Amino acid sequence: MADPILALRGVDKSFGPVQVLHGVDFELRPGEIHALIGENGAGKSTTMKIIAGYYDATAGETLWQGKPIRFQSSDDAEALGIVMIHQEFNLAEHLGVDQNVFLGRELKRGWRLDHKAMRARTSELLDRLECNIDPSAQVSRISVPSKQMVEIAKALSRDLRVLVMDEPTAVLTERDCEILFRQIERLRDEGVAILYTSHKLSEVKRVCDRVTVLRDGAMVRSEMVADITEDEMAAAMVGRELSDLYPAKAVPQDEVMLEVEGLSVPGIIENASLTLRRGEVLGIGGLVGSGRTELAEAIAGLRPRTGQVRLMGEPLPAGEVRTAMERGLVYLTEDRKNAGLLLDKGARENLTLALLDRFGKLLIDRKAEEAALDRAIEEFAIRIPERGMPVGNLSGGNQQKLLLAKTLLSKPQVILIDEPTRGIDIGTKQQIYGLISRLAAEGHAIIMISSEMPELIGIVSRALVMHDGRVVGELQGDDVNEGAIVRLAMGLGETSTEAVA
Amino acid sequence: MTMATASKSTSQGAGRKIDLQVIGPVVALIALILIGMALNSNFLSYANITNVLARSAFIGIIAVGMTFVITAGGLDLSVGSMAAFVAGLMILTMNTLTENMGVSLPVILLGIALALGAGLIAGIINGVLITRVGIEAFIVTLGTMGIYRSLITWLADGGTLSLGFEMRELYRPVYYGGIAGISWPIIAFAVVAIIGEIVMRHTAFGRHCAAIGSNERVARYSSIAVLKVRLATYALLGLLVGFAVVMYVPRLGSASASTGLLWELEAIAAVIIGGTLLKGGFGRVWGTVVGVLILSLIGNILNLTDFVSPYLNGAIQGAVIILAVVMQRKSASDR
Repeated sequence: MADPILALRGVDKSFGPVQVLHGVDFELRPGEIHALIGENGAGKSTTMKIIAGYYDATAGETLWQGKPIRFQSSDDAEALGIVMIHQEFNLAEHLGVDQNVFLGRELKRGWRLDHKAMRARTSELLDRLECNIDPSAQVSRISVPSKQMVEIAKALSRDLRVLVMDEPTAVLTERDCEILFRQIERLRDEGVAILYTSHKLSEVKRVCDRVTVLRDGAMVRSEMVADITEDEMAAAMVGRELSDLYPAKAVPQDEVMLEVEGLSVPGIIENASLTLRRGEVLGIGGLVGSGRTELAEAIAGLRPRTGQVRLMGEPLPAGEVRTAMERGLVYLTEDRKNAGLLLDKGARENLTLALLDRFGKLLIDRKAEEAALDRAIEEFAIRIPERGMPVGNLSGGNQQKLLLAKTLLSKPQVILIDEPTRGIDIGTKQQIYGLISRLAAEGHAIIMISSEMPELIGIVSRALVMHDGRVVGELQGDDVNEGAIVRLAMGLGETSTEAVA
Repeated sequence: MTMATASKSTSQGAGRKIDLQVIGPVVALIALILIGMALNSNFLSYANITNVLARSAFIGIIAVGMTFVITAGGLDLSVGSMAAFVAGLMILTMNTLTENMGVSLPVILLGIALALGAGLIAGIINGVLITRVGIEAFIVTLGTMGIYRSLITWLADGGTLSLGFEMRELYRPVYYGGIAGISWPIIAFAVVAIIGEIVMRHTAFGRHCAAIGSNERVARYSSIAVLKVRLATYALLGLLVGFAVVMYVPRLGSASASTGLLWELEAIAAVIIGGTLLKGGFGRVWGTVVGVLILSLIGNILNLTDFVSPYLNGAIQGAVIILAVVMQRKSASDR
């Protein structure tokens, strides 16, 4: 076995008061594909960015071929042949493929750019990757997998030693994945060290040589892939048996709380209908951009809409978020940093922002506010190190709990929750799942939008799936499974609602 | 015993948290007062202090309104021209009314009502153009600034509009009179500032202004009527411009094309020196009051002493403004 080309030793990383990595040890060897897996927020991206020179570790050291090294920036790392391919590609969309491959390191003849040489070199690199992209094509016109190949070609145009890839298959179809895997394996055989993250464990099992599991910023397991099963990987990621994570499912009652009929948002949502009962947790699945968020926002009065919305039998006027809240319907945003919380203000101001009229008549009753915050901190187990501190300095999990407290402060009956666990640790996730199930058991009606399949499957009793602005299917009970949701989300096999439309 | 220990520890806690942004303007103000005292023995005299405070009242009253506009993430460049235009309207109206109703109190009351009403309407026009038509505040108020300045020049036919002599005598005490030795403009400024501070810190309106300036989207998602609150800040500022005019007209009894020139910049400068963030999200009215006092004391000290020319007043004020923003930026990045 080759010696490590790059290694991390006891690396810590903190952002402000929040420590996200705790003493991570990690090794990359030439000619090995190394998978880094973990839940969202486990510290994968941070680890990769430290390796590729984007972040500086707070403590610990980075070793390059056994010697300590400090990267001032990603340029230093790239000079050594360490290249990171981001999930969002780093390509200048309006330039050509060849111009992108040599961006910042253009080949020249005298003072003039040598277009011919660059085009020829690019063509060579693309041939090596077995893909037939025209080197002169504009990047904005080529497909997503092609763009990824351009990124790899760009990496190859340097003396590539370490390739870091952040969820490369998230944007690829199965066929494109196979091509990508062949390229990765070829690079491995050429002696490149490859670091690879993915949420798909089957993929890790199939492609990678070694796997390291991160949980809550600490390395919990590192094994040869041959020595570990997929279930063991999953268990290591969440730190417990997966079945413990979700509470018992809520049982809906008969009373209809919310009816949506033929709701449309011009250009985004077409003719969506749904019914929600007391005590029900209704899931909405689908790809990001399929109109899930817009549907919830339209119901809650945050977007103009046409169509009927009836809340507990009474029609709810469009575009009136205040009225919706006063009548008992609220929306918990997916975007807590930009739409949920005032990051530069304290917890008290955030908690009561939507409901100031209930805290004092003419003047704000600060004592009542403080008391409400005390209750919220206790009820939602929010950890706030210093009461007046800006909430931007809280961890994602505590921000999310505060946002929940803020949204639920008006004691709503119908709650639309959008991506309730994005970017938060597993412990908080479990608390939030417990809270959702408790709310349903108390007789609230809940719609939960989520991109995380397991949580959708684990919590909801019924799920709608959206594709391209339309509700394309409804799944119930045991039919709510990953395969069915994915099929509908990708626009394959529409069910019942097609007849309605 | 336990009580004493508790209060001691809290005061220590507060002491540690003192940051430059909070006390900076106050320290600057105290320093200016000390400098003034050292340079001229008349500085602290009743006449000088009354003069400085009374003259800063106009800008001060406007700056209190400007604090709300800026805190909510807006800006108003038109207040100086607006003040001149409203003053011109008020004088013309009072002169016309005097012909019919004679020199009497009702004329003054009608004039005051007109000034407040005109200011309010002018503020609402700015607000509607910004919130309903959706034009940027900078552009709208740059436009109305030009319009009002041109209108007052036209009304005065390039010269000066003057209140009738007898009317002026009757109205004079509103600027020059007072109670208990404190003149009316100072009392008016103090009352506006105290109410402004309470509204900013202790009412839903003030909290909503800060929320909108901090992140408009969060405010909207928190079911705050963002457009209404924004409109209200401009309307409030217009009303306060009208109020400032009510105090200003009895001072000189006239208005011309140069009335209220650069008031908008002085008001904005006072707000910023006081620690309100220009990009919005955080505002404090007491800071604005300190800012107004700093700006007028600089002018006053230069007038009282002779080793720096009063013509350099603007340069020193400009340097103070830049310094205030540098300090804001520093303490923001320390966080």
